[in-house]
Amino acid sequence: MNEQKASDTVDVREFHPRARAALADPQIRQNFRSAMDGLMGKRRTAFEGWDLEALRTLGASVRQNALAHLPDLLEQLEARLTANGIRVHWALDGDEACRIVTDICRARDAHSVIKGKSMVSEEMHLNHHLEQHGIDALESDLGEYLVQLAGETPSHIIMPAIHKNTGEISELMHDRTGTERSTDVEYLTASARQQLREKFMNADVGISGVNFAVAETGTLCLVENEGNGRMTTTVPPCHIAVTGIEKVVPTLADMSALLALLTRSATGQHITTYFNMISGPRRGEELDGPEEVHVVLVDNGRSGIYQDDELIDTLRCIRCGACMNHCPVYTRVGGHAYGTTYPGPIGKILMPHLIGLDEGRHLPSASSLCGACGEVCPVKIPIPDLLVRLRRESVDGDRLHPSVVRGHGAKRSTAEALAWKTWQWVHAHPAAYRLGTAAASHLRALQPDRLGAWTQYRSAPKLAARTLHQQVKDRRS
Amino acid sequence: MSARDTILQRLRNRTGDQLPTPERDFTAMERPDWSTGDKLARFRSAMEPVHGEIHNCRGGDWVATLSGLLSDRRVSRMLVGSGAEPLATLRASTQELPDILVYDEPVENWQQHLFNDVDAGLTTTRGGIAETGSLILWPTAEEPRLTSLVPPIHVALLKASELFGTLREAMAAQQWSHGMPTNALLVSGPSKTADIEQTLAYGVHGPRELIVLVVE
Ligand code: SF4
Repeated sequence: MNEQKASDTVDVREFHPRARAALADPQIRQNFRSAMDGLMGKRRTAFEGWDLEALRTLGASVRQNALAHLPDLLEQLEARLTANGIRVHWALDGDEACRIVTDICRARDAHSVIKGKSMVSEEMHLNHHLEQHGIDALESDLGEYLVQLAGETPSHIIMPAIHKNTGEISELMHDRTGTERSTDVEYLTASARQQLREKFMNADVGISGVNFAVAETGTLCLVENEGNGRMTTTVPPCHIAVTGIEKVVPTLADMSALLALLTRSATGQHITTYFNMISGPRRGEELDGPEEVHVVLVDNGRSGIYQDDELIDTLRCIRCGACMNHCPVYTRVGGHAYGTTYPGPIGKILMPHLIGLDEGRHLPSASSLCGACGEVCPVKIPIPDLLVRLRRESVDGDRLHPSVVRGHGAKRSTAEALAWKTWQWVHAHPAAYRLGTAAASHLRALQPDRLGAWTQYRSAPKLAARTLHQQVKDRRS
Repeated sequence: MSARDTILQRLRNRTGDQLPTPERDFTAMERPDWSTGDKLARFRSAMEPVHGEIHNCRGGDWVATLSGLLSDRRVSRMLVGSGAEPLATLRASTQELPDILVYDEPVENWQQHLFNDVDAGLTTTRGGIAETGSLILWPTAEEPRLTSLVPPIHVALLKASELFGTLREAMAAQQWSHGMPTNALLVSGPSKTADIEQTLAYGVHGPRELIVLVVE
C-alpha cells in the first residue's frame, strides 16, 4: 500500500487543530463560502427541467453494472486499447504506478513532463516521485499550476486553488514568476498561458488522468474547460494516462449518462468546453498527436474495497465534487484541514482505505451526518451510511464484519467501551435501571451547569425531579 | 504473479454477495424529436452563453461571412486542413481572405511557427449537438488535431442538416461504437477557466474565440 507521502509534512491525525485554525481564519472561510454558494447555485440551475431523481438512478445503475462486471470489463478494455495501439500497464499500488511512469520516461530519455489534472496522480504522489528521479513535472491546469507554484496540495478536487482569492494569487505569481501584480483575472490568466505555452512545446511526455474509459471501443475520455488537457495529450510525443481501475464503463451510452451528470453536478455546466476522446496514438498519415500512448491501470486499495458489500459503493464515485460543495463541514474548514488527497465527504469514505483507519481515525467523524452529500451525489453513494459504518469499524473493527479496512478498531478506548458495556447491561436489567435513574433524579442538584462545548451556545439539559417510571405511576394512581 | 493477474484474481474471487445489476433506464435522458429549426435555436441558446459566436450562412455564402469576420479581427494567417473541402471553396473564392496556410506537414517540422504565427484555424465538423451546444470534431490526417486547438481563433463549419438532438442520438446515428478515430472531440465554446476565484476568463490554453458558421 502506498503510504501518504504528503504526510511527511501533513499528519492526517491532526485534523482537529487544523480545523480549529481554519475556522479562526476569516479569509479561508470567506473564500470557501462564496465559492461553494456559487457552485451550489449553478448545479441547481443546470438540473432545472430534468428529472434529477431518475437521472441519479440511472447514474447509480450505470456504475453498479460496471462494477458488477469489473474484471471482464477491464479485460475487454485492455484488449480494445491494445488493438488500438495503446500500451496497457497494471499497478497494484501507487509506488508501482510511479515506477511504471518513471520507466516509460527513462526509456524515452525524458526530462520534462507536462501534466493535465489527475487526482490519481496526486494519490500516487507522482510529482514527488518524478522529481526524485530528476524529471521535471509541471502542472498545466491553471488551478493545479497555482497550487504547485505555492508548494501546496489541491484543496478541492475540481477547483484546486479555490482556497485562494485573486489578491493572494497575484502575490504568488509575482513572487514566483515575476508577473506584474494585478487583480485583473484576464491578465493573470494570460500570463499563465504565456508561461505554459513554451512548456507544452518542449515537454517530452504528457501525463493526464481519465474520467471514463469505454471498454467497447477502447476510448479514454477527458473532461476539461481550459484546453490544457488537449495540449497535454496531443503536443508531447508521448502521452501517459493514469487511472483508477474503477473508471471503466461498458459502452459509449453509459459514458454519455455519466457525462451528463458529471459536469452538471461539478460546476453546473451542461457540458464542459472540451470532451476529449482518445482511442489511439498518431496513426498512418496523421500529422500530429503523440506517437506513443500508455495507460496505467492503478489499483491502490480499490480491489480491497471491492470485496465488501457496503464499502464497494465508494467505487461508484465519478469525482464530481458535489458532495464537498454541499458539505457544511467542508465549507467551513476548507479542503486542507483534512490533510488528505481527497477532502470532504468522498475523502472521508475513500481515504480510510488508502491510509488505514489508524491514520484516518478522525475522518469518518468529521461530519454532522446531515445527509446533504448523499442527497446530491449523482451516483447515489450512501455516503452517510458509509460514514456510520466506518465509525463503527474505527472502534470495533472485526467484531462486526470481517473488515477490509486497515487499522480498524484504532479509535477504540477501554473507558468508552466499558461505559457502553455498562449502559447495555443496565438497560437489560430493570432493577438496576430503576435504581440508576432514581439515584440520578435524587442527585440532580449536583449536575454541573457547564458541559464543555455542548453548553457553549446552549443551556444544559436538566434531569427531571422524578423519573419517567415514577411519573407514570403517579398518573395511574 | 503479475500485478495484472493479482488484480484480476482479487476482483474475480470477490468474497461478498452477488453484486446487483439494476436495469439501466435511459428514458430520463431522452429529448423530444426537435425539428431542424428547434435544434438550431437550442444549439444557439446553449452555445451563446458560453461565448460561442454563431452565424447562419446560406450555401457558399459562408466565405463572405468568414471574410468579414476575419478582417474585423485583423487575422493575417489562417490554418486549414489539406482535404478537398473547404480548401477548394476558399481557393475559388474572390473574397478578401487572410493568407491560407495548409496543414500538410508533420507538426514537428513547424511547431514554433504554428504556436507563434497563426491567428486562426478553420475546421469542418462531423455535426453538432443541440442540447448542449456542442460541435463534433473528428480530426484526420487531412484535418489534424491541433488545427482547432493552437490558433487563438477557431472557426468551425457546421451543416444545419447535421445537427443532432443529443449526444446519444449522434453516437447512434454515426455508429461510433463500430470504431472511433484516434481522437474525437466535443467542443462547446472557447477555452476558459474559473480557477481564479470563480471568475471566468477566456482563452487559457486553447482558442480565445470560437466562431461557428452554420451552413444551411
Ligand atoms: S461521492 Fe458522489 S458527490 Fe462526491 S465526488 Fe463522488 S460522485 Fe461526486
